[in-house]
Amino acid sequence: MTIIFYILLLFIIIAAIIAVETRYLLSAVICVGAIGFGASLMFLFLRAPDIAITQIVVEVLGLIILIRACLSRELTFISGDREFFAVVVSAVIIFAIFLAGIKVLDTLPDFGTAIFAEVPDTASQTYIGEGLEKTGAANIVASVILDFRAYDTLGEATVLFTSIIGATVILRKKSKKLLEDPE
Amino acid sequence: MKGMTIIVKTISSWVKVLIFLFGIYIILFGHLTPGGGFAGGVILASCYVLLMLAFGREYVEKNLPLPVASKLDCLGAFLFALIAVLGLVFGGTFFLNFLYQKYLPGEALELVSAGTIPLSNIAIGLKVGASLFLVILVLSMFRPDMSGKKEE
Amino acid sequence: MPYALCFLLFMIGLYCAVVKKNMVKIVIGIMVMEYAVNLFLIMLGYRFGGVAPIIDKGQLEAGMEQFISSSVDPLPQALVLTAIVISLGSLALMISICIRTYEKYGTFDITQIRRLKG
Repeated sequence: MTIIFYILLLFIIIAAIIAVETRYLLSAVICVGAIGFGASLMFLFLRAPDIAITQIVVEVLGLIILIRACLSRELTFISGDREFFAVVVSAVIIFAIFLAGIKVLDTLPDFGTAIFAEVPDTASQTYIGEGLEKTGAANIVASVILDFRAYDTLGEATVLFTSIIGATVILRKKSKKLLEDPE
Repeated sequence: MKGMTIIVKTISSWVKVLIFLFGIYIILFGHLTPGGGFAGGVILASCYVLLMLAFGREYVEKNLPLPVASKLDCLGAFLFALIAVLGLVFGGTFFLNFLYQKYLPGEALELVSAGTIPLSNIAIGLKVGASLFLVILVLSMFRPDMSGKKEE
Repeated sequence: MPYALCFLLFMIGLYCAVVKKNMVKIVIGIMVMEYAVNLFLIMLGYRFGGVAPIIDKGQLEAGMEQFISSSVDPLPQALVLTAIVISLGSLALMISICIRTYEKYGTFDITQIRRLKG
C-alpha cells in the first residue's frame, strides 16, 4: 500500500521540476495543475476525502486564475539568473533551510504510526471519541471546523474577505485617472 | 460571436444545472458525508465560471451582477457571525452549538441533526462561493491599457 | 521516507521562489511550497489501515471502539481544509498584483521593475 504514496510523490516531484524549469509559462501553469491533481489523489489515499474534494475543485479555479495571468501577454522569455550577490545569498538561505530540515527529519516518527493515538489525552482523541456525542455531526472534520474550532473558520473567513478586497482594489478601473487628477 | 463554439455552449447549458445541484448537495450534507461549506462554495463558484468561459462575461453579469455578488459575500459573512452571536445570546458562550444542546438534538446520521453545523455550512458556502466568483469576475473585467506604453 | 520526498518538494518550491526572475514563476514556487506543507501535515496524521474520520451507519451499530482505534487524525485535516481555501484567495491577490505590475511596466522580469513610477 505504501508503494502508491511513493509513486504519487515521485509524480508530483517530477511535475514540480518541470514546472520550475520549463521556459514556457503556459506549460508551467499546466504542470502546476498536474501537481494539484496528484496531491488530490494523495489526499484520497491518505483517507482525507474532505480535503481531496476541496483540493480538486480549488485546483480548477486556481488554474483558471493562473492562466488569466499569462494569456494575451507578449510572452517574453526571461532568461539568465539574477546578479552574483543575490545568487550567493539565496544559495546560503537554501542551504541553511536544507540543513535544518535534515535535522528535523531525523526526529520525526515513522510514517503511518499515528503518534496522536499513543500519547494519552490529545485533542484528536477527544474529537474522535466524543465528537458525535457532543456535536451530533457524523463528519468529524465538519464538527472540528464548525464547532470545536470555529474561531479558526471565523479567521479564515476574515482572511478570504481581506484578500478579495485587496484584489478588487488593486484591479480597480479608475486608478490611472485618480493618479493623474492631482497633477 | 461572444464566447466559445456552439458545442461548448450546448454542453455547458446542459451540465450547469447538475453542477449547481451537486454544489448544493455537498453543502447541505456537509455534516454527514465528505464535503462541507468550503468545497460546495467553490463548486457553486465554478458553475458560474464555466458559464462565464462558455458564454462570455456579459451573460453572467446579467444573471448575477457584481453588486449582488458582493452583497451575497457580505451576507454569508454576516450569517456566520450571527450564528456565533446567537450562541452567545442563548447559551452564554461564543460559537456555542445551542441548537443541538438545547432545542433540537435531532438524531445521529439524519439530515436534521448537529444543530448549527448545517446552518454554518450554508453561510460558509455562500461566502466562499460569492467571493471566489467575485474575484474571477474582477480579474476578467480588467483590460490592460497598453496603448500608452508603446508610444513612449 | 515519504517525509523526505515531501521535504524535497518543499525545497524545489523554495528554489523556484528565491532564484527565478519571472513573477509568475515566483507565484508557482509559493504554490508548490503550499502543496508540500499541506501534504506533510496530512501525512503526520495517517496510520496504516486507517479509515476516514467520518462515521457511517455500520460503524455506529458495530460500536464506536473500532472506529476510535482505527480513525486517522481529524485535526490536521481541519486545519489544511481552511489553508487550501486561503491559498486560493492569496493566489488571486498575488496574480492581481502581477497583472497590475505588467500593465505598469510591460514585463514580468523583477530585475527590470526597480525604478519607481507614478
